[in-house]
Amino acid sequence: MSIRIEDISYYYERDTAMQVCALDHISAEIPDDQFIGLIGHTGSGKSTLIQTLNGLLKVTEGHIYYNGEDIDGKDFDRKALRAQVGMVFQYPEHQLFEADVLSDVMFGPKNLGLSAEECKARAEEALRMVGLEERYYGLSPFDLSGGQKRRAAIAGVLAMRPKVLILDEPTAGLDPKGRQEILDLIAGMQKSTHMTVILVSHSMDDVARYADRIMVMAGGRLLMYDAPQAIFERSEELEAVGLAAPQIIYALKKIREAGIPVATSALTVEEAAAEVLRAVRKSGKKAKAARRQVHV
Amino acid sequence: MFNSITLGQYYQTDSVLHRLDPRIKVVATFLYLVSLFVANSVAGYLVSALFLAAMIALSNVPVRYILRGMKTIALLLVITMLFNLFLTPGDVLFQLGPLKASKEGLILACKMGVRLSMLILGSSLMTLTTTPTRLTDAMETLMRPLRRFRVPVHEIAMMMSIALRFIPILMEETDKIMKAQIARGADFEDRNIMKRIRSMVPLLVPLFISAFRRANDLALAMEARCYRGGDGRTKMKPLKYEGRDHAAYAVLFGYLALCIALRFVKGMLPGFLGI
Ligand SMILES: Nc1ncnc2c1ncn2[C@@H]1O[C@H](COP(=O)(O)OP(=O)(O)OP(=O)(O)O)[C@@H](O)[C@H]1O
Ligand SMILES: [Mg+2]
Repeated sequence: MSIRIEDISYYYERDTAMQVCALDHISAEIPDDQFIGLIGHTGSGKSTLIQTLNGLLKVTEGHIYYNGEDIDGKDFDRKALRAQVGMVFQYPEHQLFEADVLSDVMFGPKNLGLSAEECKARAEEALRMVGLEERYYGLSPFDLSGGQKRRAAIAGVLAMRPKVLILDEPTAGLDPKGRQEILDLIAGMQKSTHMTVILVSHSMDDVARYADRIMVMAGGRLLMYDAPQAIFERSEELEAVGLAAPQIIYALKKIREAGIPVATSALTVEEAAAEVLRAVRKSGKKAKAARRQVHV
Repeated sequence: MFNSITLGQYYQTDSVLHRLDPRIKVVATFLYLVSLFVANSVAGYLVSALFLAAMIALSNVPVRYILRGMKTIALLLVITMLFNLFLTPGDVLFQLGPLKASKEGLILACKMGVRLSMLILGSSLMTLTTTPTRLTDAMETLMRPLRRFRVPVHEIAMMMSIALRFIPILMEETDKIMKAQIARGADFEDRNIMKRIRSMVPLLVPLFISAFRRANDLALAMEARCYRGGDGRTKMKPLKYEGRDHAAYAVLFGYLALCIALRFVKGMLPGFLGI
């Protein structure tokens, strides 16, 4: 299920004085079974890009191919596309509307025209995936906590069993623990279902831990699209567009400047700790060996 | 998705009309509406149309943008014209089943159509060139004499400005929620009217909830800033007339005088101008 983006542009308020070029000639290919991080400064066009991917916004120029078919083609079934490319918007809890959680999650499958039992089965499966227990099923969605609401909303999209899941800042407005839980959940789901995940975020630290590849956007252009290590090598370029490599990379660079030869390719705190220990032990051994030589 | 509703939304640019004092724009719009009802001949309509065209040219707002806004009310216009055409008694022009179109009806329908379009264009020109804040400022100042009669002028103006301020916000919100539900497979364009009404529930429930939440937040924020109504309140930017505003008043009254004069000489106008 690959998505191919070919030289697309998008303008808001076209042909008025307020015209904004939100996407500026973007090309990329998103293969199957990948965790993609989409990152960029505020207003760089992230939300616009993902909305073009499931046909909610029609691109002004260029083409998007889903499994080789042009999604703006005349006889392309856009409804089917939306069933396959699931989209979780920013603050998805604002779209909840049903009287109870279970029916709200069933809304998507019902729109797919599935039988009532099938809808219910899918909704329960999705709710299990996001970790909402059975005792919440009958509650009004408005009686849940913020984090629970968000899980319910994500379940509402998962219940459609999309092949591609796009999430627009799913952790916005959550506390650190809530953020971690949601991100772990998404990464776990990606591993077990092999769907493609596109995660929009402001935070490199969030994305670094999970992404196979990272897209960096700035001013409507796709600046970089590469593996995380390769992206963080270019930390100066990132800073120029208001972003930064993960904190831990900076820490490692400082340590290397101080004379301990660590590699700076670690992506998480745990990896970095292991790397520092390794480097320190190695240089410690060297020092011991040097001392012994002096003795001899 | 709502890009088509541009009718009367402020259009940011620089022009003489944008810089005019908002009070004169309110007065001018009101008098322009009056002038449309003063006009009773083709000549009168021509003058009003020319005046409007001149104002649109002065406003620097692209004509395409204004006309796009008109699309939303085109249906209303057509229905009004059809009613006039078929329901006015007089010499029968042609017949459609039981409906008779008369010559008088045709003339009336044309006049009505022209009058309505100019009325809508004229008033949307005011909102296109004036920010909602300045507009309510002007309303408040113009209505100030009514305070004598215990009309809560400031509160009315405040309510108006809040309502105006919320229109684009709610529109954006509607757009967002609609997209989110479409992504979950909702269909807002079903042909079946019952299904279509039912499809509004997933849109309206979240929309109302968010509107209440916003209203609540706003009330709290206003109270936190010690808002307590209009008494003793002063303005950061009080309205003040300048040279160009006086000139604008002169032009306005000149136009109005011409309209009134044309009404009285209707019979003496040559050819079709007198119709
Ligand atoms: N409905 C709209 N009308 C006009 N311009 C818009 C609209 N939505 C977005 N824009 C503009 O398009 C550009 C890209 O916006 P977009 O929402 O895609 O940014 P983003 O990367 O998602 O930002 P954020 O991180 O703040 O969510 C911005 O300059 C924005 O001002
Ligand atoms: Mg965004």
